[in-house]
Amino acid sequence: MNDTQTSSDKQSSVPATRRRISSPAASLISRAEPALWLTGGSMVLCMVMIISLLSFVFYNGTKTFWPVPIVEATLHDGTVHMGEVTRRGTFIPPASRLDEMPESFRKVVEDNDGEASRKLIRTGNFRVSGEHFNWVADFEVAEGGLKEPEWAVLLERLTWGRFYGTPLKFQIGEEVVADTPEATWEQFKSHHGEVRERRERRRKLEKKGLGKLNHAMEKRRLAIRQTELEFGKDSDEYRKVVEDNRQPLDTLSQKYDALVKEIQALDQENARFVMTMQTASGQDVDIHVSEIVRAYPANRLNAGNKVGIYISRWIEYLTSEPREANSEGGVWPAIFGTVLMTLIMALLVSPIGVLAALYLREYAKPGPIVTVVRIAINNLAGVPSIVFGVFGLGFFCYIMGGTIDEIFFSEKLPSPTFGTGGILWAALTLALLTLPVVIVATEEALAAVPNSMREGSYACGASKWQTIKRIVIPRAMPGVMTGMILSMARGAGEVAPLMLVGAVKLAPELPFDSYAPFLHLERSFMHLGFHIYDLGFQSQNSEAAKPMVYTTTFLLILIIFLLNLTGVGIRAKLKKRFKGSAV
Amino acid sequence: MNAPISIPETVPDNTNRLAAIAAGEPFTSEIHPELDQEQSCLETRNFNLHYGAKQALFDINFKVPKGKVTALVGPSGCGKSTLLRCVNRINDLIDIVKIDGEMTLEGDSIYAPGVDVIELRKRMGMVFQKPNPFPMSIYENVVYSLRIDGENNKKVLDEVCERSLRGGAIWDEVKDRLHESALGLSGGQQQRLCIARAIAAEPEVLLMDEPCSALDPIATLKIENLLEDLKGQYTVFIVTHNMQQASRASDYTAFMYLGRLIEYGPTPTIFQKPHLQETLDYVTGRFG
Ligand SMILES: Nc1ncnc2c1ncn2[C@@H]1O[C@H](COP(=O)(O)OP(=O)(O)O)[C@@H](O)[C@H]1O
Ligand SMILES: [Mg+2]
Repeated sequence: MNDTQTSSDKQSSVPATRRRISSPAASLISRAEPALWLTGGSMVLCMVMIISLLSFVFYNGTKTFWPVPIVEATLHDGTVHMGEVTRRGTFIPPASRLDEMPESFRKVVEDNDGEASRKLIRTGNFRVSGEHFNWVADFEVAEGGLKEPEWAVLLERLTWGRFYGTPLKFQIGEEVVADTPEATWEQFKSHHGEVRERRERRRKLEKKGLGKLNHAMEKRRLAIRQTELEFGKDSDEYRKVVEDNRQPLDTLSQKYDALVKEIQALDQENARFVMTMQTASGQDVDIHVSEIVRAYPANRLNAGNKVGIYISRWIEYLTSEPREANSEGGVWPAIFGTVLMTLIMALLVSPIGVLAALYLREYAKPGPIVTVVRIAINNLAGVPSIVFGVFGLGFFCYIMGGTIDEIFFSEKLPSPTFGTGGILWAALTLALLTLPVVIVATEEALAAVPNSMREGSYACGASKWQTIKRIVIPRAMPGVMTGMILSMARGAGEVAPLMLVGAVKLAPELPFDSYAPFLHLERSFMHLGFHIYDLGFQSQNSEAAKPMVYTTTFLLILIIFLLNLTGVGIRAKLKKRFKGSAV
Repeated sequence: MNAPISIPETVPDNTNRLAAIAAGEPFTSEIHPELDQEQSCLETRNFNLHYGAKQALFDINFKVPKGKVTALVGPSGCGKSTLLRCVNRINDLIDIVKIDGEMTLEGDSIYAPGVDVIELRKRMGMVFQKPNPFPMSIYENVVYSLRIDGENNKKVLDEVCERSLRGGAIWDEVKDRLHESALGLSGGQQQRLCIARAIAAEPEVLLMDEPCSALDPIATLKIENLLEDLKGQYTVFIVTHNMQQASRASDYTAFMYLGRLIEYGPTPTIFQKPHLQETLDYVTGRFG
């Protein structure tokens, strides 16, 4: 206030330009452009927050699979812990323990405000020790008790998680073919491939071979059952069907038995390969080679080996199914479920959203009703997503699904087909959730179509619908794509409603397989977002699941990013058609 | 504006009449007798138009002669575009527009109830102030009015495309890139494309609303030459701001002021010895 006063006082004597510079506030405005600092500062703040979040996820997500050395810690009381150091931290040891620790350590702890440092060691060997992890305080470790033993080997197993130990001997059948760590490791390396190959073959036989036979037999049995229901047990038709099917069914079950034999033979062959490992505490454990997914002597790896293990773990993660309550193995079903669900959702939401927006923008007369509808749509975007989940469960799963079951799948009742959570209902629920995004974006795109183009079209004798179809929609298409991209990003990252309408911790089958109709939209599915929740909060072994949470988060972000990138690519292509040097 | 600059010292004696019009007093248009001999294509009788409460056209009685170029001149905001846009009922798109009076095309009423607006518009072509090519290829732009009629015969379309682009004096420039986007053309080319589009369906009357006002001088010159070519081929009803353009390209000129038709007659008469002082003042650039 005062400032302006003085400057206006000076007005008479001082020329206008000089007067402005003489006032400090004015000079700040004229030189430094505070709006620039304000806007730029906000922008930097946003960038810093986003980039730090992304780099945090990226760093933690990508380091999970990197092999780290195995340490062996011998404590004062003689206990030995062997495993990978996963975390370091400090804690305040109880006074009773302060007394028993060596003088040198006590001093360090006291200097440190009573805080002692410790390591979390992933010791594995759950069946032997009953623990997956152990905290080891530095003061507990005996003098020179921290080593990286050369022949410490990490085993990743199909069941029971990781095993840390030293290879002791290798047996094929009754014969011991190696009894030193080095020779045992060599034996393991030379036999692991064939054993794994046999296991893979067995898995395929079981899944594909037996599955197909089962499916064929089930079909014939159902045919017989249907005839029985229709004509009764002592009708000619029934006898004829039974007679017709006897021969094929016999052949099928013979094939079935043969397959089972083949599988058993493979199992027996595999069971002959056994590696004996010694744990850090000196216990010998026999481990079937067929149980081992991956093994490596962590302290003998060169950089090339490490990269190889890293890549092979990523491949396993991306392509295989989860094991051990999702904390190990891969997430392929979840990737598949996420992408499929998102695509179905986009396919459902875009036509509905675009048509609704077209009505609002092109047909409806602007007025209070349209305004109210628009406000309602915008508010829909603010409804908590769990509400959509509840609605989806009640309306889609129970009412719509239940009705479909009654009409089309009555023979399978009371077990529901569509009347429970499934990928279709999840996609529909999310379509509803993201509808406002599509409508708002499309409306904006439609509003941005110049009126002169509409008038031009009308002047050529086009009807309203022709104008919309040939001029307005093509021209608005990039904007519509923006809406779709936003809705996909929103939908793919949503978890809460999915838990109610079809996402499960572990889906027995993918929603897509080789049996007609191939796409099984009624099936429940796995979803990366739900997988993250499940790993992070529902896991028994949460410490082991934690790195996987980061990796899965990283993967989910990557997938959403890729989906968006596809959308942006399509949009850029569309936009190119409408670009050109105007005037 | 390319009119003499000399501004008379004395206030011209038309101030009173203009003031009377501004005050809303009744006024009768000065229509030259030459027009009576012309066969009419388009006619209006006591045509009034309101934008909401505001009246934009007052008792317009006039006709556009068949096969001639008729220019509509007048100061900004006098209702030229409004009148032109009434002819093909593009004004219907504006909710607040209210119309009374009569308008006929070749004797068929335009505003009678039950008129098929779409069929009506197909009998006319329109070129807008700003070039408005559609977001599609040059070829598709030209044959748009045929496409919406369901014409898909390639031979017919090709023929119409070439004939119209030649008619729009742009064929040579675009014949090698017919299937590229029309939005990649320069402004002048876009406007000639729009003219080609407007004549593609052989309209009975071609409406043009200041087709050069958004263009640079060279593009303007090209369009003006094109207008002279169109003269004699089509009935053209053109709004223009440019006196020179009107005097060069048109057969008849109508002068509008504040929503009234002031004077209407053969172009040479209007520009050299109009009946009313106001018209002379306007065409010589003394006001407007
Ligand atoms: N859409 C509209 N709504 C309300 N008034 C309008 C609209 N279009 C034009 N007008 C008014 O009608 C009058 C005539 O406008 P217009 O026909 O565009 O003039 P011209 O083309 O002669 O410059 C002007 O006063 C203008 O303000
Ligand atoms: Mg105008």
